[in-house]
Amino acid sequence: MIAPDESDSAPLLEMLHIGKSFPGVRALQAVNLQVQAGEFHSIVGENGAGKSTLIKILSGVYPAGDYEGEIRLKGAVQRFRNVRDSEAAGIAVVHQELALVPEMSAAENILLGNEPRRGGAVRWKALYHHAQEVVSRLKININIYAPVRTLGVGQRQLVAIARSLTRETRILILDEPTAALTESESATLFEVLRALRSRGVAVVYISHRLAEVFQLSDRITVLRDGASVHSAATAELNEAKVISLMVGRDLNRSFAARACDPGATALEVRDISLRDPSTGVAVLDGINFSVRKGEILGIAGLVGAGRSELLMALFGAATGGRRGEILVAGKRVAIHKPADAIRCGIGFVTEDRRQYGLVLGDDLVRNTNMASFGRCSRATVMDERAEISATVRTMKELRTKPASPFVAARTLSGGNQQKIVLAKWLLTAPKVLFLDEPTRGVDVGARQEFYRLITELAEQGLAIVLVSSELEEVLGLSDRVLVMHRGRITGDFPRKHATSERIMACAIGQAQELAG
Amino acid sequence: MMASETLGNFRVRRILSGPLVRSYMMIVALVAVWIAFQIATDGIFLEPRNLSNLLRQTAVTGILSVGMVAVIISGQIDLSVGSMVGLTGMLAALVQASNHNFIFSLLVALGMGLLLGAVQGVLVAYMEIPAFIVTLGGLLAWRGITKGISAGNTIPILNETFQHVGQSYIPPLMGFLIAAFAVASIVWARLRRTSARSVAGVEVSRAANLAQLALPAVVIFAAVIVLNKYAGVPVPAVVLLVITLLGGFVLQNTVFGRYLYAVGGNAEAARLSGINLRRHTVAVFCILGLLAGIAGIIYTARVGSASPDAGLLLELDAIAACVIGGASLVGGRGTVFGAFVGALFMASLDNGMSLKNVPDFIQDIVKGGVLVAAVGLDMIGRRRP
Repeated sequence: MIAPDESDSAPLLEMLHIGKSFPGVRALQAVNLQVQAGEFHSIVGENGAGKSTLIKILSGVYPAGDYEGEIRLKGAVQRFRNVRDSEAAGIAVVHQELALVPEMSAAENILLGNEPRRGGAVRWKALYHHAQEVVSRLKININIYAPVRTLGVGQRQLVAIARSLTRETRILILDEPTAALTESESATLFEVLRALRSRGVAVVYISHRLAEVFQLSDRITVLRDGASVHSAATAELNEAKVISLMVGRDLNRSFAARACDPGATALEVRDISLRDPSTGVAVLDGINFSVRKGEILGIAGLVGAGRSELLMALFGAATGGRRGEILVAGKRVAIHKPADAIRCGIGFVTEDRRQYGLVLGDDLVRNTNMASFGRCSRATVMDERAEISATVRTMKELRTKPASPFVAARTLSGGNQQKIVLAKWLLTAPKVLFLDEPTRGVDVGARQEFYRLITELAEQGLAIVLVSSELEEVLGLSDRVLVMHRGRITGDFPRKHATSERIMACAIGQAQELAG
Repeated sequence: MMASETLGNFRVRRILSGPLVRSYMMIVALVAVWIAFQIATDGIFLEPRNLSNLLRQTAVTGILSVGMVAVIISGQIDLSVGSMVGLTGMLAALVQASNHNFIFSLLVALGMGLLLGAVQGVLVAYMEIPAFIVTLGGLLAWRGITKGISAGNTIPILNETFQHVGQSYIPPLMGFLIAAFAVASIVWARLRRTSARSVAGVEVSRAANLAQLALPAVVIFAAVIVLNKYAGVPVPAVVLLVITLLGGFVLQNTVFGRYLYAVGGNAEAARLSGINLRRHTVAVFCILGLLAGIAGIIYTARVGSASPDAGLLLELDAIAACVIGGASLVGGRGTVFGAFVGALFMASLDNGMSLKNVPDFIQDIVKGGVLVAAVGLDMIGRRRP
C-alpha cells in the first residue's frame, strides 16, 4: 500500500518476515513488527517464543545476513553489522542484565564511550555537567557521582536509560525492565517512559507482566513459536485474549496416554525457603510439595520464577542458606552438598548441559561415570571394564546414537549430549530424578524420544520432578503440575485440571483458585 | 564435492589437534633438538656420559612436572616449586649437618614439602585466593625462609648415603631388571586398557598394539644399554622413572585421577556430580609439595650442597614441561607421559646449550621463548572453525 520510497509516511520501524535459525533449531519464522514514532509497543510471548532473538536481530547482535527478512527504518532498509551500527541508527537496548561498569560513577556510565574530551583527556567538568543535564531532562533523582554498584537495581535501570538518551535514540527497547524492581521503582520507570514517548521516542517493551503491558502500551504484538501471531491496538485486546494467543496452539498430542499409578511418597519437601546471600531477597518462599514413586511432577513458571533455584536448593547446590525439611522415602535427610543428595538417591539432570552437565573435552565413558566413579572402582582403582560396560549398556538403553563411547562429548548433537547427561544420573541409581529443561536445544525428533524415555523411567518407578518452560511438555508429561511465581507456588493442578490458560494465569501471578 | 572437501579439512584439523598427533609431535620435537645438538656438539651430546648427565638433570624437573601436571589438570598453577625445592633441600642439608642420619633428613624434607603444599592448597581452596597469587607469594616467602635458616650460607652434604641418592649409579644388572619392570608395567597397563575397551566392541589391531608397546620397550632398553656403557643408570633417573609410572597410574586409573580431570574440565559440572572441589584442590597441592620435597633431596644430593638460591626458576621448567607435553592451562587436559617428555625436552635444552657454552643470558631467552611458543601453538591448535 505504501511505496517504499515514500519515506515520510512510512512507519518508524518495520521488521518484515524475520526468520532466524540456530543449528538444529528454528528460532524465528515470519515475524512482522511495525512500530510508529511515539508509540509504546509491547511484545509478549511465552518463554522461548523468540522475543530475545528478535531484539538481538534488531540491535545488531546477530548481524545482517545471519537472519532472513528485512529491517526498515522510515522505509529505508537497514543492514546492521553490529551493535554500533544499530546505535548509530538510533536504536538503544536496555538489557535484562544491565551492561554497566559497577565501579564507575553514574555520570561516567551515562557517557561511557561518549566522553567529552580534549585530545585524549576526559573533560570531567563537562562530563558531569552533561550527565546532570540528561538526568534532569528525565526528571529523575540520581546521584551522578555515586558508583553504580552502590545504586539499586531500579536506579541502575534509569542510568541505562539515561545512557541511551545521550545518543539520538529513536527507538528504546526494554527487555523485562521491571523483573527486579519494586513497585515505586517501577512507577518511576513508567513515568520516564511515558515522558519519552510524548517526545516522539518509540518504546518497544518486553514483559511477562500483562498488567503493566495493558497499563502502558498503545499496541501489543504477540509472539508464539517464533512467529508473530497477532498485533493489535491495546484497546482491542484483553488479558484473557492475550493469554490464549500466547499459548493457543493445538496441543500436539505427541504424548502417549499413560496410566498413572503412583506408589509411596518418594520425596517430600516442607517449607523450603532460600535467600539470595548478596541481596537478601527471598528467592524461594515456603515451598511445599511431595512426589510419589512413578509420578511425574511438572513445575511450570516463567523465567526467574525460582524453579531452577528450587531444584538447586533441594540438591544442596544453591548458594545461600536453605531452610526447611527434605524427606526421602519418609525419612528426614540432611542435604548440604550434591554428594549428600546423590547418596540419598536424588539425580539431577541440570539445565544448560554445556555449563553444568558435561566435561565437553572428555569422552563419554568419563562423562557418564562422573557422578558414580565409586561404583566402578575397587580400593579407589578404576575398573575400566566395568566402567565402559556401564556406559555402553546405558547408552544402549537410552538409544544414544554415537558408535563409540570414546569420542569427546563436544562432538555430539544436542539431543545425544542430553542423553549422556541423563545416562550419568541413571548410573547413580536414583530414586528421585530432577529434570531441569531437559529438552532445551534438542531438536524435535529427539524431543519425542526424550518424552518416551521420561515416561518409561516413571513407569519403572522413578519419581520425577520436571521443570520446563515449554508448557506443552509440562502438560503432556506431568501427572500433576505446580506453578511457581516469584519464589512461591501459585498453582497446583492434577493432570485433568491443568490447562495452559490456567497455568499461564498462575505463572504471571494472577490469583487462581487452587483446583484439586 | 565442496562438502567432502570441508569435511576433509575438518578431519585434518581434528587429527592435528588430537592427542595422538600431539604426543608424536612432541617426540618429534625432542628428537629434532637431540639431532641438532648432536651435530652442533660434534657427537658429544649423545655420548653415554652426557646422556647419563642429561638424565640426572632431567630427574628434578621431571619429578616436579609429574606433580605440576596434576595441578594444571585440575585447573590450578603452582609458581612456588622452585622455592619449595630450595627450602626442602636446605632443611635436609641442615639436618644431616647436625649429624642426623639420612632417613631423618629425608623425612624432614618430605614433611616440609607436604606442609608447604597443604598451606598453599588450603589458601587456594578454602580462602579462595587465586592459586597464581598464593604461589607467587610462596615463591618469595619460601625462598626467604631458605635464606633465613641458612643465614645465606651454602651447606655441604657430607653424609654419604645422601650423596649417593644424587650421584650414584645402579649396577648394570639392576638396571636391566628395572627396565624389565618398567616395560612390564607399561604392557600390563596397555593390555588392561585394550581388554576393557573390547567390551565396547573396540578392537585395536595387533599391529597398532605391538607398535605402541614396542616403542617404549625399545627406548627403555636402549637407554639402559647406553647408560650401562658408562656407569649404569643414575639413581635419580630410577626415582624419576618410578614416580612417572606411579603418577601415570594415579591420573589414568584411579577415581582421584578421574576427578582431577573432571574438576579442571568443568568445575561446575564436577561439583554438581558430587565431587568435592576443595578437597581435591588441597590434595593436588599436597602431592606437588611432597614431590617438591623429593626433588629437593635429589637436587641437593646431586649438587653436593644446598645453597640459598638452589632451585631458582625451576617452576618455569616444570610448567614449560607440562605445556610442551600437551597440558592445557585452562585445566582438564594433560598427561604424565607428556610432562615427562616435556621435562626431557627442557633438560636437553639446558644440557645442550651448556655443552656449547651458550652464554647464560641467551639460554634464558631461549627457554622463555620456548615456553611462550608452546602455549601459543596450543592456542592455535585449539582454535575451532
